[in-house]
Amino acid sequence: MRALSLALRSLAREWRSGELGVLLLALSVAVAALTGVGFLVSRISTAVALQASEVLAADIRLGSPQPVNEQYFEEAKRRGLSTARNTALLSVVFNGERSQLTNLRAVTDGYPLRGHVLIADEAFAAGRQARGIPPPGEIWPDSKLLSAIDVHVGSQVSIGAATFRVGHVLISRPDQGGTFAELAPTLLMNDADLTATQLIQPGSRVSYRALFAGERTRIDEFKTWLSTHKKQGERVHDITDASPQIRNAVERAGRFLSLASLVSVLLCAIAVAMSARRYVHRHLDTVALLKTLGASRAFTLSVNVLQLLAVAIVAAIVGCGVGFLAQEWLLRTLRGLLAVDLPPPSLVPAAIGFMTAIAVLIGFALPPLLQLSRTPALRVLRRDVGPPPPLTLLAFGPAVAVVVFLVYWVVRDWKLFLGFTAGLAGFLLVLALAGALLVFLAGRLRGRVGVAWRFGVANLSRRRSESIVQIVAFGTGIMVLLLLGIVRDDLNSDWRRTLPADIPNYFFINIPPGDRDAFVQFLKDRGAKTARVLPMIRGRLTRIKGRSVEELKFSGEEGENFATREQNLTWATEPGGDNRIVAGEWWKPADYGKPLVSLSTEFQDSLGVNVGDRLSFDIAGEPFDVQVASIRKVKWDSFQPNFFVVFAPGVLEKTAGTYITSANLKPGDARSLSQLARRFPSVSIFDIEDLLAQVRSVLDKAILAVQSVFVFTLFAGLTVLLAAVQSSRDERRFESAMLRTLGARRATVLQGVLSEFTTLGLLSGFLASAGASVAAYFMDTRVLQLHYTFDLWICVEGLVGGALLVATTGWLATRSVVNQPPLKTLRA
Amino acid sequence: MHDVSFDIALGESVAIVGASGAGKSTLLALLAGLDLPSSGRVLLEGQDLARLDEDGRARLRAQRVGFVFQAFHLIPALTALENVMLPLELSGSSSEARSAALNSLERVGLRARTGHYPRQLSGGEQQRVALARAFVTQPAVLFADEPTGNLDTVTGGRVGELLFELNASSHTTLVLVTHDLGLSARCARTIRMEAGRVV
Repeated sequence: MRALSLALRSLAREWRSGELGVLLLALSVAVAALTGVGFLVSRISTAVALQASEVLAADIRLGSPQPVNEQYFEEAKRRGLSTARNTALLSVVFNGERSQLTNLRAVTDGYPLRGHVLIADEAFAAGRQARGIPPPGEIWPDSKLLSAIDVHVGSQVSIGAATFRVGHVLISRPDQGGTFAELAPTLLMNDADLTATQLIQPGSRVSYRALFAGERTRIDEFKTWLSTHKKQGERVHDITDASPQIRNAVERAGRFLSLASLVSVLLCAIAVAMSARRYVHRHLDTVALLKTLGASRAFTLSVNVLQLLAVAIVAAIVGCGVGFLAQEWLLRTLRGLLAVDLPPPSLVPAAIGFMTAIAVLIGFALPPLLQLSRTPALRVLRRDVGPPPPLTLLAFGPAVAVVVFLVYWVVRDWKLFLGFTAGLAGFLLVLALAGALLVFLAGRLRGRVGVAWRFGVANLSRRRSESIVQIVAFGTGIMVLLLLGIVRDDLNSDWRRTLPADIPNYFFINIPPGDRDAFVQFLKDRGAKTARVLPMIRGRLTRIKGRSVEELKFSGEEGENFATREQNLTWATEPGGDNRIVAGEWWKPADYGKPLVSLSTEFQDSLGVNVGDRLSFDIAGEPFDVQVASIRKVKWDSFQPNFFVVFAPGVLEKTAGTYITSANLKPGDARSLSQLARRFPSVSIFDIEDLLAQVRSVLDKAILAVQSVFVFTLFAGLTVLLAAVQSSRDERRFESAMLRTLGARRATVLQGVLSEFTTLGLLSGFLASAGASVAAYFMDTRVLQLHYTFDLWICVEGLVGGALLVATTGWLATRSVVNQPPLKTLRA
Repeated sequence: MHDVSFDIALGESVAIVGASGAGKSTLLALLAGLDLPSSGRVLLEGQDLARLDEDGRARLRAQRVGFVFQAFHLIPALTALENVMLPLELSGSSSEARSAALNSLERVGLRARTGHYPRQLSGGEQQRVALARAFVTQPAVLFADEPTGNLDTVTGGRVGELLFELNASSHTTLVLVTHDLGLSARCARTIRMEAGRVV
């Protein structure tokens, strides 16, 4: 109680004298960085997930070949979720004598629950957001359907037994999907009109979809309920099964954002360690005096611990507030770039901020405080007497334990944790050694430089251990910032590489063999970049290694699909640049005509077949027995025509089939597309521009999240550097006063300070660039599965950035020291 | 400080004495241009210090003034030699700084301790380095603030001896703030202060 009373009384006094300012600042900034990143990550991750759910037009989608059980809707409504229906069937749409097989989508109010339907008043025009769904009696056909049956907005068309007015042109739906399941032109209509068409008869092939959306936890609970209640043949999708590009983007973003949080945690620790050292240094006299006056060791320790605890609580509150405001400001600034409204942040980051403040203090401030309490009373008479050196285990044990705890808590992945901590430990060791080398070299070089540089460099040399600590802190800070930069650029360029600007934006299928050359020529004449043209034949897998697929059991749903559904098959002479042979060999000309197939890794994995195994296909009623010649890893997101099963040339040529290709056309080249639809009426046009726009939007959001966190971490790093520099302010104040007394101009003193920090920054920067390059190599190749390229500019950036960053921070932190009149310091 | 007015002639040695709080150090700070009076003027070698800006006063100090402090005030990051070279380098005469500094250290008997840092020197040695630093620029005026105050009697006596020897050989004007009666007695004139006034 006495300790608490003294702690609080002296806390107020010390606060007035600015004693605890640095520690409070360091801890606040650390908590602010951590919670700021936490809030940001939680909001953007949720936004990215929401964006991904637009691809389903819902959070959960249930697909069924039968009308969806009403019980599901009732249950969803009971749980406070929104619902909608989407019924799909194929039918022919007529305009007088012209007709077109069309994919009808009958939807109910509320559709889409996530994302937006885009409409326009002309075919292939830029879309605007639709309000609601088509009113009864109205349909929204897509551009291809308009061209195919030559109608426009306001025309009447008939579907089944009913007639409809064309209300708008459907430009895109969020759930048009990344697969080729729906290749026919599409139209959107009101679910209430479906009965009037009389299209749904016993035996009709209709696909019923139930859409559900709502608050995350309720959705998760409902998904569990739905999975246990769904009937056979019903399939439940949520964003985790959304298209692979988006899933990858979310995963990569999540990993990267965790890494960014990790940086804040480490900067936290460094800042607090430096501030704690300063705090202890400044309290040696007080502790000695208290002991002289009869205070016990436990009492002095309690006083200091209670003071720091009070500081930690204040810092956590201030830090959480600043963190929240910082991310709020950042997100407001970026609002124009974000397509979706960001959800409010959860309170979890604030709780984490509080816990972290306490944990970091225990790990990094408690050991020096224990040490402080061992200061002998004799110090009141002999100022050179300090506490005895600490046991290494006690000095570093808690810090290591806290780092391990915090790092694992953030990454939650042992592999990443081990790689990261091992790399970090190695890097810190290298930095410490290099710091010692700098101290040595500084002693050698200072005789050859001017007075200001000598003074600056001599300072590095004299504060040997402090210099090493600062080099380690600066080096780590800069390295992490550089590392984030490299990995961000690599992620960015990998994504850009995945989706280059001239990527095919239209797929064309059902190209009759007779029209093939004319079709390709047509595209070429309009300046389109055409991908390879491959034949496409429908066939069914019948036997695997001699056993009928009906007898076989497959573990995954994908295997079941491969084995039971009709496949698209092709043949090719070359595998294509987006296919990599991972087993077996691609056929040579001598093999043409032999019954060989090449399978994609997905096919191989889900059916458990390998090179040399025998498969049988039924193609247009004719059996084909083939042998697996090779396995290919297919880069599906190349947007080139690709197939799970490729036959050797000379096997399928006599079988009736069509051709498929993809091409890059100028977006919105409505005229060419209309002409194409008229000239090649049987060719189905699949517009992937909208899908690409969705994928790009998600990727851009992920990159934006990464960059925002990067900017935030940059601020955190800078403030931590500021805190580090502040720990030597007292000595600097005295030295500056002495120099001024001896006749140094303000500029000379400033030059000395700048030379010291520039040297420090250059060395930290150099080491940081080297470290960041090595770390980025491992991060890219081992963790993120990206392509790594060494960049010399990183070294230049590290050097220049390090020098500028540290010199500027040093200048900011010591500006008041240089400006202070010398007399004030010398009298103090 | 009130009604303080006096002249110090070139080459004169003056002791400023008085009880603690009498205003001795404030007077010294004003004379050296480390502080400015709220009213009145301080002329150093005919220059009104109030008319110079801070850097101008620093330049004047670098060229014409030397200091010795009670707490020695050596720069801990620099060696004895570097500490002595510092004022020369600051006044722009870097070329002969090294030889002049070695020479000056020789005069205070520390030729053998040039590479040592302040923390490696005794109090007496540190004050001798401070004397070498003060005299190396051959200043017109030397301000000494309790130069023996932090030293034991014997060492203080030796340092005082050295101070007057150097002063005599350099013909420097000496302004000395001290409690040490022995030191003040050796000055040509004594200015006694009491509650901010010269008595």
